Amino acid sequence: MTVRTPLTRRRFWTTRRRDQLTGYVFITPALLGSLAFVFLPLALVVWYSLHEWNVLADTFNFVGADNYRKLADDPNVPAVLRATAFFSIGLVVFNLALALLLAVLLNQKLRGTTFFRVLFFSPVVVSLLAWTIVWGFLLQDNGGLNGILNAIGIDGPNWLRSGGTAMISVVIVQVFKNVGLNMVLFLAALQGVPVSLQEAARVDGASPWRVFRSITLPMISPTILLTSIITVVGSLQVFAQISVLTQGGPGTSTTVLVYYLYQQAFQFHAFGYGSTLSILLFLIVLALTVLQWQMRKRWVFHEN
Amino acid sequence: MRTRTKLFLYGILLVLCVPFVFPTWWMITSSFKPNADIFSPSLWPSTWTFEPWRQVFEMQPFAQQYWNSAYIAVVVTLGTLVVSSMAGYAFARIRFRGQNFLFLVVLVGLLIPSEVTIVPLFRIFNSLGLVDTHWPLILVPMLGPPSVLATFIMRQFFITLPGELEEAARMDGLGRPAIFRKIALPLARPALGAVAIFTFLHSWNLYLEPVVYISTRTKYTLPQALTQFTDAYQGQLWNVQLSAASMTAIPVLIVFVIAQRQFIEGLAHTGLKG
Repeated sequence: MTVRTPLTRRRFWTTRRRDQLTGYVFITPALLGSLAFVFLPLALVVWYSLHEWNVLADTFNFVGADNYRKLADDPNVPAVLRATAFFSIGLVVFNLALALLLAVLLNQKLRGTTFFRVLFFSPVVVSLLAWTIVWGFLLQDNGGLNGILNAIGIDGPNWLRSGGTAMISVVIVQVFKNVGLNMVLFLAALQGVPVSLQEAARVDGASPWRVFRSITLPMISPTILLTSIITVVGSLQVFAQISVLTQGGPGTSTTVLVYYLYQQAFQFHAFGYGSTLSILLFLIVLALTVLQWQMRKRWVFHEN
Repeated sequence: MRTRTKLFLYGILLVLCVPFVFPTWWMITSSFKPNADIFSPSLWPSTWTFEPWRQVFEMQPFAQQYWNSAYIAVVVTLGTLVVSSMAGYAFARIRFRGQNFLFLVVLVGLLIPSEVTIVPLFRIFNSLGLVDTHWPLILVPMLGPPSVLATFIMRQFFITLPGELEEAARMDGLGRPAIFRKIALPLARPALGAVAIFTFLHSWNLYLEPVVYISTRTKYTLPQALTQFTDAYQGQLWNVQLSAASMTAIPVLIVFVIAQRQFIEGLAHTGLKG
């Protein structure tokens, strides 16, 4: 009998039990991190959005849905949403079109494509602020770009200070910064398209454009969807570029949602209203993600 | 392919290179121009001056700021590797009760851009007395949403490991922690490399968070410091600013050129966006 006790004890810590315990220990840091830096602030942001909270005046009063009414009545909000949509749509369209063009070019049987791939990708690793600052420098009224345009007899606009060109300038700066990522994803997808299929179509007399449109594009559509999701969600987070290049101006023409949120919360110290704007941002990200996964069913080509 | 087609394609590629390469070139060459002819449209400085590179360190505690960015990025990267490889391994290879639910709980972080939670996080760190310290810049990326992406990537990798390897190790009497350390982790080097690269760059580029949390010059990180080079009348000292920007960009560019394959594949497949 005296021998049995240690035996049963040892049996409690079976391999399976020990495994389970290791599992829980291994996920503990990640789980606690999620609770502290995702769920807790998410709950707080909802709670804060129901309060009138001015840090300077040191007021924190429950106001119910007032901030949401303020959001609906805020004359700036339509302009902010327009700017956000303009930026996101512009970025996705330019980014995906250019990424696809570059990928198709690099997919040709040419020497030196690795070299070009490195060049097109290099802005991705250049510090975001350095990239933005040098473009800000190039786009000054008397800057490098207008210098070049002058040389060929064109009087360039003040890119970052006029309403018509400020937003498109920010979009372009950001496209060249990150298009390399999507380019590489497209290149991998293009290399996965079976050559035999394309050749068969060519033999049947299809033009190269037709082959691209009817065979290549459908076959890389999952990648197009993936990159568009990443690009749209990423575009909603643009802040540094706006802050450095235009500070949201001229007027509110480049005040995107995150920049407006920052102004309200950290410049005007309206934390309650800032939280309401945070929730709006969250809902937009959520809706876009769901929408794009729904679209996947409709227009993405499936092999089987 | 015919030679003419080839030449045509090379022509297009070269033209397309301009907006990708020219800004970096312009940043570095202009940083050696005196501020007087900073806007002269010459591709090469007509008179070279190293004055702006010196002024960077006079106008800002730039060496200190450089160190801040570097040590924060290294700590965040190492911490993320530990947290995400452990969690990713557990979610992929260990069976335990509530596993799927807990994985979903962690994955919620992928849906939350850090901008959404910046206001409450600021309040939390403020009440802990940690505003104007580097703690928020270390803890949030290491344990918050960016780390969730890393955990997800590590899990996707560990799922592909063949089970036989672990079985064999188990026969040899290794426990779970030893299997993880001696078998799984060494095999996971490509995934760990990808996570390390994107985590480092994410931390190196962080801008909104330092602007919100840090207010003392000596505690600034590089992205924040880069915007501070103005003269007494708030006019921009372009050449000094571009020198500082060059110093921020060049080391990473050099590492990129050396290890370009790891960078390109790692970053593209983790889908990082700046």
